[in-house]
Amino acid sequence: MANHKPLDFENNVSRALKDTQLIKNIQSAMDTLVLKRKNIFADPAETEQLRALGNATKSQALGKLPALLERLEKKCTDNGIQVHWAETIPEANQLVLDIMKSHGATRLVKGKSMVSEEMELNAYLQKHGIEALETDLGEFIIQLNHETPAHIIVPAIHKNRDQISKIFHDNIPDAPYTENVDELNAIARKTLRQKFQKADVGLSGVNFAVAETGTLCLVENEGNGRMCTTVPGVHIALMGLEKVVEKLEDLPPMLRLLIGSATGQLITTYVNMITSPRKPGEKDGPREVHLIILDNGRSKIYADAQRRQTLYCIRCGTCLSHCPVYNRIGGHAYGYIYPGPIGKILNPQVEGLEAAGVLATASSLCNACEAVCPVKIPIPDLIRRIRNESYSKDPTSTVEGHGYKSNWIESLAWKIWAFVNTHPLVNAAGIKVLSALGQKLPEVGPLKHWTRYRKAPEFAPRSLHELVKQNGVDHE
Amino acid sequence: MRTYPDNPQKAYYFGTCLVDMFYPGAGMAGIKLLQQNGVKVIFPSQQTCCGQPAYNSGFPDEARTVARKQMELFYKDYPIVVPSGSCAGMMRHHYPKLLANDPRIDQVIHFSERIFELSEFLVHALNIRLEDQGLPIKVAWHSSCHALREMGVTEDSKSLIRQLKNVELVELQRESDCCGFGGTFAVKQPAISAAMVKDKADDIGQTGAERLITGDCGCLMNISGAMQYANSSIKGQHLAEFIWERVNGQS
Amino acid sequence: MNLSNRMESTMSEQSRERIFARLAAGSRQPSAPIPQPGPMPVKTYSRAEKIAKLKTLMEAMRTEVHITDAQNWIHKLEEILKQRELKSLVYPPQTALGDTLESHWENDGNGLPQLIPYEKKIEDFKDRLFTIDAGITSAAGAIADPGALILWPSEKEPRLMSLVPSIHIAILEADKIFSSFLEAMQKEQWSTKMPTNVVLISGPSKTADIEMTLAFGVHGPKELIVLILEK
Repeated sequence: MANHKPLDFENNVSRALKDTQLIKNIQSAMDTLVLKRKNIFADPAETEQLRALGNATKSQALGKLPALLERLEKKCTDNGIQVHWAETIPEANQLVLDIMKSHGATRLVKGKSMVSEEMELNAYLQKHGIEALETDLGEFIIQLNHETPAHIIVPAIHKNRDQISKIFHDNIPDAPYTENVDELNAIARKTLRQKFQKADVGLSGVNFAVAETGTLCLVENEGNGRMCTTVPGVHIALMGLEKVVEKLEDLPPMLRLLIGSATGQLITTYVNMITSPRKPGEKDGPREVHLIILDNGRSKIYADAQRRQTLYCIRCGTCLSHCPVYNRIGGHAYGYIYPGPIGKILNPQVEGLEAAGVLATASSLCNACEAVCPVKIPIPDLIRRIRNESYSKDPTSTVEGHGYKSNWIESLAWKIWAFVNTHPLVNAAGIKVLSALGQKLPEVGPLKHWTRYRKAPEFAPRSLHELVKQNGVDHE
Repeated sequence: MRTYPDNPQKAYYFGTCLVDMFYPGAGMAGIKLLQQNGVKVIFPSQQTCCGQPAYNSGFPDEARTVARKQMELFYKDYPIVVPSGSCAGMMRHHYPKLLANDPRIDQVIHFSERIFELSEFLVHALNIRLEDQGLPIKVAWHSSCHALREMGVTEDSKSLIRQLKNVELVELQRESDCCGFGGTFAVKQPAISAAMVKDKADDIGQTGAERLITGDCGCLMNISGAMQYANSSIKGQHLAEFIWERVNGQS
Repeated sequence: MNLSNRMESTMSEQSRERIFARLAAGSRQPSAPIPQPGPMPVKTYSRAEKIAKLKTLMEAMRTEVHITDAQNWIHKLEEILKQRELKSLVYPPQTALGDTLESHWENDGNGLPQLIPYEKKIEDFKDRLFTIDAGITSAAGAIADPGALILWPSEKEPRLMSLVPSIHIAILEADKIFSSFLEAMQKEQWSTKMPTNVVLISGPSKTADIEMTLAFGVHGPKELIVLILEK
C-alpha cells in the first residue's frame, strides 16, 4: 500500500473548501484545460469515432494482456532492454535501488512518472542515500515544497506564480525573486541543465509500450524526458502492466487521444520512441535500458470483466479537469496519488474499500467525466459498482473490503423503501402521513444535512396520484 | 438520432416519485399539455418510483425489485412519457444494465426503448406549437446532468421556452455544471454539494432572471431550497408547469 | 552478473510467475464483448497542402520555418547563423549534410560559428556538447498533420545533437513530408525496422506548468529552425 496515513476524507474536504486561494487556482486552470480540450476536439463526429477507436484498442489489448506482455518482454529483451517484474511497490522500489547500486550511482534524474509517485520512490531512495531529482517543471516545483502532485498532468497547478516565486527563492541557491513566468522557467532550466549533465541514471514513465516492436513511447513538452532517457548511461523506465498496446499503428490514434485530452494540443513537442539501448557504433544514448513492469493490484482488477475497464485509463487527467467535485476540493483531498473520477474507482480497488471506499461517495454521478474520457471508461457505472461492493456481503465478491459499509440501519431503510415502492397503497398512505407532518419532521440524519444549506421541500397537500384521479385521467 | 412515434394517439405517463410528493402540479401540467395535443394519457395508478435512489446508493437488489414492478405496469406498446430527464435516463439507459441478467431482458429492452422525456416528446412526437399568453418575464434554464448527457434533451427543452414570445431566456455562465444534487450525494457529501449548489444559485442570480426553470425535480428541490435559504427572490419552477401557465395566461 | 543481480532476477522471476498466474485466471473469466475498432479518421493532402500545413502548424508552435531552394539552402543557413552571432555549431560528419557544411565553411567560413563534428562517443564529448550553441541535423521526414519532424538518429547522427544545444536546426526535403503519422509509419514500414530511437519534434521546448501560462525554452532547445528544401 502506497499511502500510510489513513484517509480522513471529511477533514480533507472541509479544509479544501475553506482554502479559497487553492480553489481559485485550480478552477482557473481547469477551465483552461477544459476549453483547450474542447477546441482541439472540435468535430463531434470525428471525436466520437476516435474515442470509440480508443476504447476498442484498449479493450482488445487488455483482452490479450498476458500474450501481449509476453510479446513485449520478448521483443524488448531481444533488443537489449532488460525487463523486470514487480508484483508490489516494495519490490519495484527494491529493483530501482538494486540497479542504482549495481552502478554505484547516487544521483537520479526523473522524468514525470505517475507510477513512481504511486511507489513513493523518491522518499524510498532518499532513505538509501540517493538523490532523486524531479526535472518536469511542475514536479520540480512540488518537490522543492515537499508536496505530492495535485493533478495528473499539471502537478503544481494548485500554486499560483507568487507561491512558486517564493518556493524558488527559498529553495534554489542564488535564485532571484521573480514572478515573471519566463524568468522562473529560465531558473529551472539553468538549475536542471547541470543535473542532466552530471546524472548517473535517468528514470522515466511509459505512456505506451508497443508489444509488436518492443518500443517504449513517451510524450512530453519540456525536453526533460529526452534528457533523462538519453544523457545518463542508464535509463530505467517504469510502467503499470496495463500500458501495453499491440501494434505500432495503435500509437497515432492513442497519442491523438492522450495529448488532446491531457493538454489540448494536437501533438506534444516531443514524441519519443525508444526500442533499445545504445547499439555498437552509436555515439550516445544509455548503454543500459531497464523496464520495470508494476502490478500493484492491477492483475486483481483485471479478473473482473466490468472492473477491468478501470485499466483502460491512459492517465490523461481530463476526467479531473471536468469533475465538479475535483474542481472544488483539488487533488490532495483525495489522499491518494490518483485523484478525481479515475481515483474514485482505482484507489478503492487497489487499496481496499475500507481504506479508500469513501472516495466513491464523492460523486454526484453527473457523467461529465464519462462524456470526455478518451477511452470511454464508464466511470459512473464503476462508481456505482464500488458503492454496491461497499455494502455487499456476497462471499463470491473479489473486491477487497467489500461489505465494509454494510449496516442494519441502511439495509433496513432500503428494504422498507423497496417494500413501500412495490406496494402502492402503502406508498400512498405513507405520503399522506408525511404530507400531514409537513414541516414538523424532525431534522435528523439526511434531513439535517439537507437543511443546513437549504430550505426543506414541502410535501404537496395532494399527491399526483390524487390529482390524476381527481382529473379523471385514465389508468387502465 | 432517435426515432419518435408519429402522431401518437395514446401514451403512458410516468410521474416520478418527486413529482408525486412535492410537485404534483408540474406532473398534471405535463399530462394536460399532452392531452391538449391530442394524446390520450394513461396513468397506471400503481406506479411509484423508477428505483434510481437505490441504484445509485449501492443497493441494486432493491432497485431491481422496484424496477420490475414498474415495468409490469406499462406493458402495452405505448410510448412512456416522463417529466424528468433523470428518471427517464434511469429507465431508458440503466434498466437494461441493472436487469442485464433478467430472463425477461427482451421485455426490459422493449420497455426502455419506449421511454421519452417530456420535452423531447412534445417537440419531436407532437411537434407542439405554443402560444404565449403571459406577461413579459426573464427566466434562466438549468438542465439536469442526465437530461443533458444521458437523454440529450436540453436543446429540446430550451426550444420550448424560446417558442414563448414574451419570455426572455438568459443563459447561465456555467450552464453545464452540475447543481450538486446527485440524489444521496447531497446528504453523503453535504459540504461539497452545498458548494456546488451555491455556485449554481450565484450563477442564476447574476443573470437577472426572475425565475429558474428546469425539467428535473431533484435539481429543482436542490436549487430552490438553496435560493430560498439565501433569501433570494428568484422562484424555481418545473418546465411543464411554466409552459402550462404561459399558454393559459396564468403567469 | 554480480550476486545482487542474480537475487533480484529471481525476485523478478517469481513476481512474474505470480502476475501471469493471476492474469491467466483473469483471462478465463467471461469478458465483456470486445468492440471492433473502426479506422482512425485521417486526411490525405496534396504535396503543396502538406508543405503549407506543416509550416502553419509548426509555426503555431513557434518553430521558425523557411522554405528554401534545394540547391542554395546553405546560403539561407548562413544568413540564419550570422543573425544570431553563434560561436559553435555541432554537426554530423561523414554524411551528405556534413560534407556540404564542411566544404562551404572551407570556402567561406567568415563570421560563421565554428563547426564542431560529433565524432566521439558522448562519454568523451559531453562537457563540450553542453557548451555548444547550436546543433544541425537532417530530418528523416515530417508529418503534415499534426505538424512534426521525424528524426531518425543513427550512428552518424547521434540523438543529443537535436536536444542539448539551445538551438536546433533541421534540414528537411519537401518530398519526405507525409500527410499523417499513420501514413508515415505504414509507407515506411516502421514496424519492421524500429531503430534505437525515433523522435517526433513539433517545435521548441515549452511548458504551461505555471498557471497554465505558456513559456518556451525549458529543457530542450529554445529555438527550432527548419529549412524545407524545395526543388
